[in-house]
Amino acid sequence: MPPNLPRVSASVALPKPALQQVFDNLRAAGFTLVGPTVRDGTIVLDEIARLDDLPVGWTDEQEPGRYRLKKTREAQYFNYGVGPHAWKQFLHPSCLRLFSVEKSNGSWVFRPPEEPPPRYAFVGVRACDVAAIGILDRVLLGGEFRDPHYARRRENVFALVVNCARVNPTCFCTSMKTGPRATTGFDLALTELPEIFLVAVGSDAGSEMLRDTPWEAATAFDLGRAARAMQDVERQVERQLKTDDLPRLLYDNLEHPHWDEVATRCLSCANCTLVCPTCFCTTVVDTSDLRGTKGERIRLADSCFNRDFSHVFGGNIRPNIRSRYRQWLSHKLASWIDQFGTSGCVGCGRCITWCPVGIEITEEVNALRGKAAK
Amino acid sequence: MSVASPAMEIRNPADPMLPRPAVIQAIRPEAAGIATYSLAFVDPADRDAYHFRPGQFNMLYLPGVGEVAISLSSDPAESQVLGHTVRYAGNVTRAIGRLKVGDMLGVRGPYGSHWPLEDAVGKNLIIVAGGIGLPPLRPVILSILSQRDAFGRVLLLYGARTPADLLYTREFGRWREAGIEVNISVDVADESWRGKVGVVPQLFYFVRMEHQNTLVLTCGPEIMMRFVIYEALARRIPKNAIYISMERNMKCAVGFCGHCQYGPNFICKQGPVFNYAAIEPFFGKEDF
Ligand SMILES: Cc1cc2nc3c(=O)[nH]c(=O)nc-3n(C[C@H](O)[C@H](O)[C@H](O)COP(=O)(O)OP(=O)(O)OC[C@H]3O[C@@H](n4cnc5c(N)ncnc54)[C@H](O)[C@@H]3O)c2cc1C
Ligand code: SF4
Ligand code: SF4
Repeated sequence: MPPNLPRVSASVALPKPALQQVFDNLRAAGFTLVGPTVRDGTIVLDEIARLDDLPVGWTDEQEPGRYRLKKTREAQYFNYGVGPHAWKQFLHPSCLRLFSVEKSNGSWVFRPPEEPPPRYAFVGVRACDVAAIGILDRVLLGGEFRDPHYARRRENVFALVVNCARVNPTCFCTSMKTGPRATTGFDLALTELPEIFLVAVGSDAGSEMLRDTPWEAATAFDLGRAARAMQDVERQVERQLKTDDLPRLLYDNLEHPHWDEVATRCLSCANCTLVCPTCFCTTVVDTSDLRGTKGERIRLADSCFNRDFSHVFGGNIRPNIRSRYRQWLSHKLASWIDQFGTSGCVGCGRCITWCPVGIEITEEVNALRGKAAK
Repeated sequence: MSVASPAMEIRNPADPMLPRPAVIQAIRPEAAGIATYSLAFVDPADRDAYHFRPGQFNMLYLPGVGEVAISLSSDPAESQVLGHTVRYAGNVTRAIGRLKVGDMLGVRGPYGSHWPLEDAVGKNLIIVAGGIGLPPLRPVILSILSQRDAFGRVLLLYGARTPADLLYTREFGRWREAGIEVNISVDVADESWRGKVGVVPQLFYFVRMEHQNTLVLTCGPEIMMRFVIYEALARRIPKNAIYISMERNMKCAVGFCGHCQYGPNFICKQGPVFNYAAIEPFFGKEDF
């Protein structure tokens, strides 16, 4: 490592405007930058290039079934919680061509997509979302079969992580042991202080992206401020999900009357699965030209709340909302653990915010536990 | 890459969702709306690399139409040509029904778990099938035929809705000669039918079998399998000696699409063949 770059695991202080140089370095290195930006009254994830693309001076208010953006007086860059988008939209796109197929010399020739996917630099990844990416890794790369489309996007990701500066009432990362501070899984991790970013260097690639920036070794004062800020944030997390009786609680209560009660509120709209950073289910559609000599197979995001999801010829395995909500919750919090050795929930709270009727995953578990048939 | 801290090899894995072209070598009608397709991969290397075990399935792909899970119904010892007995049900299977000998489709597999033929050596077997549940068990029967002495008594209890719906009837003679006790019933008889009438699990009433050292292998509608399990347990056959083959909507067969989840299991990975003891907590749960 040249002396003008910090070593891995160092913490450095970076004047805020210098983050632009990091962005420029990433772009020069061939990365496509995606990060938070304001659109349609929400903070979404999209391609960005400049610091002013970030939601400077914006914050959000989130509650069950409610999301609002608000101007703040301070010009903070990352003073908001996770929005409706998650990184899965880049790693596991909701619409993807699996292959094209063509009839040639009487036989079908199947061709996987050739164009390489972008090399993404993710800007502003939160700790819970780092955990969510780790879960997708297990689902799509950890088994006997590995998803090559996910792998090709995943292997080149640069992660610029941001530790949370504030907490929404929907967050419960501390229960799921995923946040609010990222301890691993980043190339660079920022803690935003009033006039500087305190930057933890997580990898050689991360260090390299600090080239030509006026970074300085972090002072004890900066480290102390950042640590206190993080402790404050951690204390703000109020929502809790008790996990010590999972997965049993769900397996033992598959016939619980509470599922009928949830079904009177849940609309089966699938919002929760769309916003969830770990929900990975897909379906496929096939297209062809009129002569039937060429076609494509497209993979689309799907949801266990969709009616067709459990279609079998002659019937539907989960014909009602009761069985679909039960499938979702018991997969997230119970069978996921058996399948992938981890909970399917990272406590990001998105499903709570974006549920149009404000169903709270944490409260549904509590209700089940409170009334559990023991 | 740092976010990839889990120790997983992610560079250029093979694509498990890409079919390989195969040609239809023969089509044998079995019953109204059901036929057996003999498929051979176009590429000899694919043919040589392919081996399957009884109970496993392939994904058959028709470009522009869709893909369906179909069990292998042929002899695992002959894997150059792969038998698939298809019931024309909905969109994709009906399109398969319009194909002719020499037509192509895409094939990938084999997927899933298999019947416990190794564990069955030296034991008695009760094979119970309903309707289109027999094809995934046919490889078991064909494997037994080639090493009949390795097994004890072998009973086949098989039923279909009507006599015209019975599959593989022309093979029953050979199966019987080899010492497989073939018991057939139909739900609804016609004037030509001389055999038993009733649902498949009732065939248990007509057979005597010791409960020790006996395995039950069953495939058919879930409701039928429920009664098969009931009859088997009533005869003191232990839960862990009962194997069932399950079906759920399936889009990828490699554990990515999420459709075939069954509690902690994916039907495409841990199934379709399950030991009953392992899935008892979920089996028969309403709308599960
Ligand atoms: C492990 C396994 C083995 C099978 N073996 C055989 C067999 O040997 N012979 C046979 O005739 N059938 C078999 N089936 C059932 C067969 O897959 C369905 O009949 C077929 O998918 C129906 O598709 P379709 O497009 O004709 O019907 P549609 O009703 O139009 O179905 C639309 C789509 O839904 C899905 N789907 C519908 N029904 C099923 C189903 N029962 N199981 C899984 N996915 C379904 C498929 O993706 C299908 O393309 C098996 C199913 C499984 C899961
Ligand atoms: S289940 Fe809800 S809180 Fe948990 S990770 Fe998914 S969206 Fe976030
Ligand atoms: S829980 Fe809420 S977001 Fe999820 S399907 Fe039901 S109504 Fe929609």
